[in-house]
Amino acid sequence: MKKPLFCLLIVLLTGAAGAQEPILADPDSAQTDSLAPPSHDFFLAADSSQEPMGIALAWEPSQGIPVMLERASHDSIFLPLSTQEAGARSFVDTTVESGVEYLYRVRMADSNVVSATVRATAPHAVQEYQFFRRERLNALLLFLFYAAMIIGYILMAKRGASLFIRKIAGLDAVDEAIGRATEMGRKVLYIPGIMSVDNIQTVASMSILGYVAEKTASYGTDLEVPNKDPLVLATAKEVVKEAYLKAGRPDYFQEDMVNYVSYDQFAFTAAVQGLMTREKPATNFLIGSFYAESLIMAEAGNAAGAIQVAGTAELAQLPFFVVACDYTLIGEELYAASAYLSKEPLMMGSIKGQDLAKVVLVGLILLGVVLASFGQHGFVDFFAQR
Amino acid sequence: MALSSFAGIWLAAFLTLAIYSFLYKDNPVYRLAESIFVGVSLGYEIGLVFYRTIWPNLVERLLADPGPNWYLAIGGILGIMLYCRYIPKVSFLGRWALAVYIGYFVGVELMQRLHGDVLPQVRDTMLPLSSLSSVTFENLLIIVGVLSVLIYFYFSKPHTGILKPVSRIGVYFIMICFGASFGYTIMARISLLIGRLTFLVEGWVKPMIALISGSG
Repeated sequence: MKKPLFCLLIVLLTGAAGAQEPILADPDSAQTDSLAPPSHDFFLAADSSQEPMGIALAWEPSQGIPVMLERASHDSIFLPLSTQEAGARSFVDTTVESGVEYLYRVRMADSNVVSATVRATAPHAVQEYQFFRRERLNALLLFLFYAAMIIGYILMAKRGASLFIRKIAGLDAVDEAIGRATEMGRKVLYIPGIMSVDNIQTVASMSILGYVAEKTASYGTDLEVPNKDPLVLATAKEVVKEAYLKAGRPDYFQEDMVNYVSYDQFAFTAAVQGLMTREKPATNFLIGSFYAESLIMAEAGNAAGAIQVAGTAELAQLPFFVVACDYTLIGEELYAASAYLSKEPLMMGSIKGQDLAKVVLVGLILLGVVLASFGQHGFVDFFAQR
Repeated sequence: MALSSFAGIWLAAFLTLAIYSFLYKDNPVYRLAESIFVGVSLGYEIGLVFYRTIWPNLVERLLADPGPNWYLAIGGILGIMLYCRYIPKVSFLGRWALAVYIGYFVGVELMQRLHGDVLPQVRDTMLPLSSLSSVTFENLLIIVGVLSVLIYFYFSKPHTGILKPVSRIGVYFIMICFGASFGYTIMARISLLIGRLTFLVEGWVKPMIALISGSG
């Protein structure tokens, strides 16, 4: 009696009466890929009448065992949809296509015990204007907190507060690398990555380029900045020109210092590789967003005997830079680099604000771990991406 | 085999070998292939951007129905402003266009990072440590890994005292991650090499042998 009553309760609670009724325990519609016959330990109900964005699922909780929800569209096999912790009772599938019928079942985690299959058709989407998406409140609060930290520290820095940033190994090598090129009478090659200025890494790279250009201008060392993206070309020209002006050597600036190669990733790579081999720059900076070309460039520079300073936040490319370059700025060090080098209040404040945000995040994570360990999931769910 | 595809296969094989010749050392054949690659790709991209982006998404729509599409002109004007840098008197306009472009994307990316990276990372690290099981051990590994790496990227204090061992653990996690990533990416690169060698053998050598022996 208990199980049918539970299902009836779900249907009544979700207001399914008079709307689309969930179809329960339809063995004929079950897919043939289940490894065990439907178990009577589970009851599953699906309803699409109350959720404008998806299909609501509710099931009788299993005894202390996590469950996996599985979904199939009409003529395909069941695939995992979501893993639910023990004690969870409901889930809303928002990844449905409007008007498409789906089959659902629930499986005990790490076993083949499954429920009967239920069907539900995703509601036809109704577009309506939303001024504020309440389910994104977590992102808004995080943004406000983050922005407040950064603005607060920027204001402190502008008022003259002393802000400390620890030593970053790769950056101390920048001056040394430029000095080496000066002593050898060879050029410095700066590659600002292959992405456009809409990429934060490229923006950070432009800040470091400004510092490098100022140094090369002071020492009278040749600088070359080949580009893949036209907008980076325009930005890099402005940055280098300004740096030469700031160093009091505008006459040293030449337009072709910052040049354009090609928009094609590997054509650009081939050209840079050839440049490294033929002109043998003493120092290569590979700082920005890199992809498959990272190892080709770093290895060509290494073979040419250049001292190389690399920096990127692309996780898959960092190992290549670590093995082929002398110094590597890993991930966020790239963003901290511009502040570290320039010591400008705006950038220093930004880094300090981010650091404080990190400390708070560490605290929140620890709190979440404690609460999750005691079975309190409300706080943890607040951070769920919606 | 049609003459055009015959010539195309030979050209592709020649250019492939020319690029690979760099493995020996820089040479005129590599330089030729490099120059062809750079020149052709640049010309191709200019055509592609004009006919696939500027013409259908800007010019055609503005000419066909300017009323509801007036806002597209803003993007077009900002694009033209980039060229102002070549006219000294109005070169500052080029900076305005760049400022709009960078500012817009920094704002967009900030929210994308918070919503797409930070929130899921925080949520997925709040894992329970309530029972003695292999799952708990995995959870502990994730929690220690995330927190120690976060501490490594903390710049406001030198890595001394308690921060030193914690950030050191973070470095170990980073290096293990790099090792796994390195192996995974190398595997992908090897598959690219296999693809190229398959083309040379299956698409070039074998058909040529068949053609010469008269069976093709």
